[in-house]
Amino acid sequence: MFKWKKMGRVFNPLEIKDRAWLAAFAQAPAVLIFDDYIRVYFSCRPPADENGQYVSYSAYVDLDRKDLYKILSVSESPILPLGGLGSFDEFGTYPVSVIRHTDEIRAYYAGWTRCESVPFNVAIGMATSKNEGKTFDKIGDGPILSYSIDEPFILSGPKIRHFNDQYYLFYIAGKKWIMDNGKPEPVYTIRMAVSADGMNWVKHNKDLIAPKIEENEAQASPDVFFYQGKYHMFFCYRHSVNYRGKENGYRIGYASSTDLITWQRDDNRAGIDISEGDQWDSEMISYPHVFELDGELYMFYLGNQVGKYGFGLAKLESYQA
Amino acid sequence: MKWLKKGLIFNPAQHALPGNYIGFAQSPQTLVFDNFVRVYFSTRKKEELTGKYLSYIAFADFDKNFTKILNISSQNVIQLGEPGSFDEHGIFPINILRHSGKIFAYTCGWSRRVSVPVETSTGIAFSDDDGVTFKKPGTGPVLTSSLHEPFLVGDSFVQFYENSFHMWYIFGKNWAPAKGNEPPARIYKIAHATSPDGINWIKEEGRQIIIDILNEEECQALPTVTRIGNRYHMYFCFREATDFRKNTNRAYRLGYAWSDDLVNWTRDDANAGITVSETGWDSEMMCYPHIFQSDGKVYLLYNGNEFGKHGFGIAELDTN
Repeated sequence: MFKWKKMGRVFNPLEIKDRAWLAAFAQAPAVLIFDDYIRVYFSCRPPADENGQYVSYSAYVDLDRKDLYKILSVSESPILPLGGLGSFDEFGTYPVSVIRHTDEIRAYYAGWTRCESVPFNVAIGMATSKNEGKTFDKIGDGPILSYSIDEPFILSGPKIRHFNDQYYLFYIAGKKWIMDNGKPEPVYTIRMAVSADGMNWVKHNKDLIAPKIEENEAQASPDVFFYQGKYHMFFCYRHSVNYRGKENGYRIGYASSTDLITWQRDDNRAGIDISEGDQWDSEMISYPHVFELDGELYMFYLGNQVGKYGFGLAKLESYQA
Repeated sequence: MKWLKKGLIFNPAQHALPGNYIGFAQSPQTLVFDNFVRVYFSTRKKEELTGKYLSYIAFADFDKNFTKILNISSQNVIQLGEPGSFDEHGIFPINILRHSGKIFAYTCGWSRRVSVPVETSTGIAFSDDDGVTFKKPGTGPVLTSSLHEPFLVGDSFVQFYENSFHMWYIFGKNWAPAKGNEPPARIYKIAHATSPDGINWIKEEGRQIIIDILNEEECQALPTVTRIGNRYHMYFCFREATDFRKNTNRAYRLGYAWSDDLVNWTRDDANAGITVSETGWDSEMMCYPHIFQSDGKVYLLYNGNEFGKHGFGIAELDTN
């Protein structure tokens, strides 16, 4: 059982006034730790176009390691450009997950394209940084993890991890598009692939987490870490339709595993839920990211409207196996 | 190579196909039986909502001399995908392989995009009724975009040679922006992948196996391969990247290459032995070739003017 103490919102993108590409949203936080600060990657959006459609970029904010509520700087530009005409990442690079590898930093990100019958499709790309993660160069124009017989569309939300001399990529894959009064809504579940080099991936080809609230439950943000003798996964899940409000919106779930393959879901042990009353996280909480810093465990997570108003922090108060 | 043209053998305007089709019999590809040859092709329907085309697979059964049509498919051969799937807006073309008692189909699935017209991937399906219908094992593709083959993977053609499945296919290199009346122009090249089981494929990741002869924007499509003696022969079609629909000088022609090791290909269009006719159905364009063998003879099916709107014809290899 985890018990988290909410510390409040850390970063509100609406307070950043001088970056046109960072008008709203700070989604899917992911941490890279430096000596004096932590760099928190997130994804953001300029204002919507005339058709109400967004593109998304990824960026970072540096927080003081001694005081995570002290913002040291915000990236001057997006860390990755959008892809060229017809590319898988032409309309968005969101979200991003980073890891140190020898003398470079690698980023795994989801690239967004726009379709005709459904609004979008997503595949996973890779990029590397030689400047401490300030900017990244894509290693190719195409995706590093794409569609297959059992993962037909929407490969998104990558989280890169390194355990036992292997790379693990946790991500989501689309299962189906369901029609809600003529509007297509995607259903996706948590998946995994393994790799020796982080470049060539072998898909596990199975759902890791059983659905709980309904057959068409959608799951996202599979955030895995090793702690006190086993693997833990925090993730988020929602209903298939009408999920943009409190009732059917995102909540944070939890599962544990000893082998990274078989996972026991037990959301009651997550130890975090929406806030009471009228708060920035009182309607939904989503996109958990857990990290260890100076002997403490912390969780970043998103609040209402899936991070439109930024992300907040919780600190682990207690854990019982 | 020397080919004897035998003319148009299927004109979609002269046959009633199941469903509300409006012509086109594109990319003919075969499944050879003892007493007949089944020729699959793609035909088109207009989608009610958008007025855009959807491509579907049908077939016609020919006698072994290709002088008589014995039968035409009476039902949909393979379903298009659900919304959001790689093959929701068409299957064009389909390639059939009989191997170890199983019938495999490799499909090129189409789905429409917003900034460019289309994206494609290769799907797989199986038939347990001698190729009358095919079922897909899943919703997704078997070969698709990757790091150095970023889009437009399709036109797969598979053979089993030297203890391995070999796939020749195309991948997109880039999309050139729209210019004047021209929509965004796709540029694609021929590639090769291998597989132990026909399902799990190993790409060569962006290696273009056939050199360009026009320029680096040359578009190469529909590779088809057969072995004669110890040599492998490939036909394909190629064209300029723009102004290729109406301008016959820039339109599809058949190209030719040969290989003795399945790795290195020598492009040798001068020895293709077949080109556009002076007049008639294949005088402005030749495309979508399919080479196959039946009863010891080597045949080439192909489309002519307007990308196969008027059907397909056949030529026989002159072995004298």
